[in-house]
Amino acid sequence: MTALTNLTLTEARAGLANGDFTSCELTEQYLAAMTAGRDLNCFIVETADIALKMAAQADQRIRAGTATAVTGIPIAVKDLFCTKDVHSCAASHILNGFKPKYESTVTANLWRDGAVMLGKTNMDEFAMGSSNETSYYGPVKNPWRATGTDGVLETKDYVPGGSSGGSVAAVAADMAVAALGTDTGGSIRQPAAFTGLVGLKPTYGRCSRWGMIAFASSLDQAGPITRTVGDAALMLASMAGYDRKDSTAVDRPVPDYGPALTGDICGLKVGIPREYRVDDMPEEIEKLWQQGIDWMTAAGAEIVDISLPHTKYALPTYYIVAPAEASSNLARYDGVKYGLRVDGDSLDGMYKNTRAAGFGDEVKRRILIGTYVLSAGYYDAYYLKAQKIRTLIARDFARAYNQVDVILTPTAPSAAFALGEKADDPLAMYLNDVFTVPASLAGLPAISVPAGLSRARMPLGLQLIGRAFDEETMLRAAQVLEQAANFEAKPEIWWRER
Amino acid sequence: MSVDKKTVAKIADLARIAVKEDELAPMAGELNNILDWIAQLSEVNTDDVAPMTSVVEVDLPWRDDKVTDGGYRDDILANAPAARHGFFTVPKVIE
Repeated sequence: MTALTNLTLTEARAGLANGDFTSCELTEQYLAAMTAGRDLNCFIVETADIALKMAAQADQRIRAGTATAVTGIPIAVKDLFCTKDVHSCAASHILNGFKPKYESTVTANLWRDGAVMLGKTNMDEFAMGSSNETSYYGPVKNPWRATGTDGVLETKDYVPGGSSGGSVAAVAADMAVAALGTDTGGSIRQPAAFTGLVGLKPTYGRCSRWGMIAFASSLDQAGPITRTVGDAALMLASMAGYDRKDSTAVDRPVPDYGPALTGDICGLKVGIPREYRVDDMPEEIEKLWQQGIDWMTAAGAEIVDISLPHTKYALPTYYIVAPAEASSNLARYDGVKYGLRVDGDSLDGMYKNTRAAGFGDEVKRRILIGTYVLSAGYYDAYYLKAQKIRTLIARDFARAYNQVDVILTPTAPSAAFALGEKADDPLAMYLNDVFTVPASLAGLPAISVPAGLSRARMPLGLQLIGRAFDEETMLRAAQVLEQAANFEAKPEIWWRER
Repeated sequence: MSVDKKTVAKIADLARIAVKEDELAPMAGELNNILDWIAQLSEVNTDDVAPMTSVVEVDLPWRDDKVTDGGYRDDILANAPAARHGFFTVPKVIE
């Protein structure tokens, strides 16, 4: 049988529908690729038995003619999602051994539609990181390696981005057709850009957060990581929808995104925010952005210069709001209800020892920052101030959308960096999210599309930000960008040799 | 505003995270780097700006105050590090 592991979701769906192959055959090939690719450390847990059972059920459904767009499609699930009776630990030691007795709404929706779970993917601990280096289960390696000036592939390892690092690496290395990620400040889009994939963060409220281990509740959103824009649309349609169990999930019909992908963006107004032209932007990112502008112009879009005046304050605002919410959300890990317990000489001592042993350095840092900015005497100066600036940032976008339909920016300020390069410098790490955080603070949908290669032949992405709940226009523009960029590069396979 | 060792110890106590004495100074340094960077927000004029409470403009849903789900005692205790007689157990808290 020919290799099936490089098919897009759309192609795999057609093959399943035509009877060219079964979901069991497809799933077996992916499971074999996962075994061969363990060196990348994408998966914390492989769920082969569950996958084969789900695939067999999917095959029955396909034969019965009741298949949906994702029936029989093998996908990888970020460890942040609670999956019933399966390891769900947000890559943290503090949730050691946790196997929830319930299923997150987003994964339940996918299983309802017949998707197949391959395993739980590695990630930054509690989604706090931009390189997948804060995981208790060790870093994920990017399948992509830089090419030296001599044209030879380097042997050095690169980060896949984060926090959804295992999810993107799995799809990029052909170990899953698609993957689930979550995005709080860029955790789907930045890693997608670092691995040549499409990463979509829906509008806040589009997908239910129920059963997603909480990091910063006013920012967290689930989203798909896929090979193409069309695949992302199919995944989102299955994942999204109203849920009584999440009071912030919005009660709106989920559109069929397929018909929105018309390929026609004639007259679409595309905003270019001047504040995103940061001083130290690398030339190749600047060039890529200009290339994106040219592609949109050639496709008939109208380019509009816009201003988002509070852009530079988005990152520091985020690093007050997100840690504040995290310090509150992570208070539940106390050694009583689930996960790790380390004994102490009193109840308080048990709490403190458990949390000291269970949380990693970055998580502790953010809990401490969050506790500080919420503490008596500092609440107004930090937290309230940040929430006011968040209003100003959202207002900037609202004004811009009086003039434009979508906004085009780079996804990240650089290509993937080497493993360990920024691990000791929290601030340098935070700056990775400079282009993704503003849309998160405003709750807007955004998508990263693979758009080119750096000088060292590492993937680069462009980001489109849409109006709230207008994923359709954003997806339509993203597909035009995707077709113009025609990104077909794949990483050279080095990870199966060892 | 910058934090010293004493403040870090206090925050860590509030957050219920045990921190060793020799970890306090490096932690204070790291936190100050972040807080110094965050301090740039003070230059933004936020007079008459309402703090954000919800990112999407929706009214929170209402429902009848009725029990609609529950009865999962064993499921809830299934992951507890220590449980006995249908309860979570913790170190003794009453002298």
